[in-house]
Amino acid sequence: MTRKQWFLLLGLGVVAPFVLYPVFVMKMLCFALFACAFNLLLGYTGLLSFGHAAFFGGAAYVAGYAVKSWGVPPEIGILIGLGVGAILGAAVGALAIRRQGIYFAMVTLALAQIVYFVAVKAPFTGGEDGLQGIPRGRLFGIVDLNDTMNMYYFVLAIFLLAFWSIARIIDSPFGQVLKAIRENEARALSLGYDVDRFKLLAFVLSAALAGLAGATKALVFQFASLTDVHWTTSGEVVLMTLLGGVGTLFGPMVGAFTVVALHSELSALGSWVTVIIGATFIVCVLVFRRGIVGELQALAQRHFWGRREANEAELAQIEQGSKSKP
Amino acid sequence: MEEDYILEAKGLVKEFRGFVAVNGVDLKVRRGSIHALIGPNGAGKTTVFNLLTKFLPVTRGQILYQGRDITHYSPARVAQIGIVRSFQISSVFPHLTALENVRLGLQAKAGGSFAFWRSGALLHRFDEAALALLEQVGLREYAKVMAVELPYGRKRALEIATTLAADPELMLLDEPTQGMGTEDVEAITALLKRMAQGRTVLMVEHNLGVVAHLADRITVLQRGTVLAEGTYAEVSSNPEVIAAYLGVAHA
Repeated sequence: MTRKQWFLLLGLGVVAPFVLYPVFVMKMLCFALFACAFNLLLGYTGLLSFGHAAFFGGAAYVAGYAVKSWGVPPEIGILIGLGVGAILGAAVGALAIRRQGIYFAMVTLALAQIVYFVAVKAPFTGGEDGLQGIPRGRLFGIVDLNDTMNMYYFVLAIFLLAFWSIARIIDSPFGQVLKAIRENEARALSLGYDVDRFKLLAFVLSAALAGLAGATKALVFQFASLTDVHWTTSGEVVLMTLLGGVGTLFGPMVGAFTVVALHSELSALGSWVTVIIGATFIVCVLVFRRGIVGELQALAQRHFWGRREANEAELAQIEQGSKSKP
Repeated sequence: MEEDYILEAKGLVKEFRGFVAVNGVDLKVRRGSIHALIGPNGAGKTTVFNLLTKFLPVTRGQILYQGRDITHYSPARVAQIGIVRSFQISSVFPHLTALENVRLGLQAKAGGSFAFWRSGALLHRFDEAALALLEQVGLREYAKVMAVELPYGRKRALEIATTLAADPELMLLDEPTQGMGTEDVEAITALLKRMAQGRTVLMVEHNLGVVAHLADRITVLQRGTVLAEGTYAEVSSNPEVIAAYLGVAHA
């Protein structure tokens, strides 16, 4: 990711609450983070999880409960969400990575349904009513998060930090191996990469970040509900990621913004929203398979020869480097 | 005195639900040699490969590598101790550049790949070695090209470069010239000959011309058992081999 892109993102983030309703932008950011976490798994490791709502919603419940009933400060609540996501991710991941393809997806779905069941039945979740009245509290004991703008910039900071982490993971030596596994698992194995351990770590990281998104969402809306752990939420994040562009850094964010915006703009239409979003999805899959950002990137690559020249320049640089060494 | 064998398989058996694909194969690969595994279709060559690299579990038998029993190792572990294989179909990482492909081989050898918190800039320390390897297989100017965009013969060359990058002591090549035109076959044969120096190669190969040219020793498989073993001259004059391999009409 370039510095220019970072400043653009930061600038947009700072200005957004003056243009749009801040709570709406916070919702967008929470789902964008959720989709980016999911994309780490689907886009960069090639694993389709159909149970990510368990990490998102599970973390929302536990973090919400910790803040409400134990009175922990919001920043600790958020970290608890991250931890819950990681622990659930380790448990689900350890079982799911033993299977491949559709069976992998089915195992994640089945285990996520167990989490849903717990959320329905457990005494601390509030059952059908959900966990309500989660206090936002004071950040580090100082900043009052009941002020919407304070809350907004807290959420923006979490989002940017998490997004930066994801960009770094994708770029890291570990991320490079994930891409290798996505591209050709048998070959990665034959080179000596212990594929299962890489997949498990990717799963845990993705689940932890999904948990972070869920806990943040619980603080923003001050409640955690069954919708957060429902399988339709797992489906929604798949849709966001594919719509925006799977395997691209910005795609899931754009996809999440689009879906959240559609939900809110079309809310007057009631249950027709689902139909419209479904139709959008079908068009996406049929016509622009790479998603919004994926298609734009492909377009840019076709039309800007500059890219190729940049590559050659880079290559020349490497060559120079290797020659100048003694 | 015992000869120096890098790999020894004793009485390898692989059964698939009652069907015996490999039935008591003994194989000894001498260190520093090029050893070819040939035989008609369905003889069990690729299955033997999968057993040796642990991509399939062994039903019965034992595999020794450098005197160590590796019969129950995981595939990743087998690669880590120096046995790296290629596959029958070309196996590159399609949507990564040639440079990135080779770098993954170097990275596998170097370790430290779980470091998800570290900067990707670290990977550039492999660039120089990766470019040198690409140079050796004649892909230097394709370094920044996506592997998927390379023509078939070059994909196979890239595959060899990636395998070499992992610095194996024993390379297992599954039909390196399969599906190639004559020119490509010659290029790959020459390349393999150069690359094999200082290493041990076990290869499955259909092209007898390549085998005659490269292999120091040949094992002929038929229906899951060893039919003959020896140099090309010995094997090619064996009437049983001629019958099995070329069909009775040629015998």
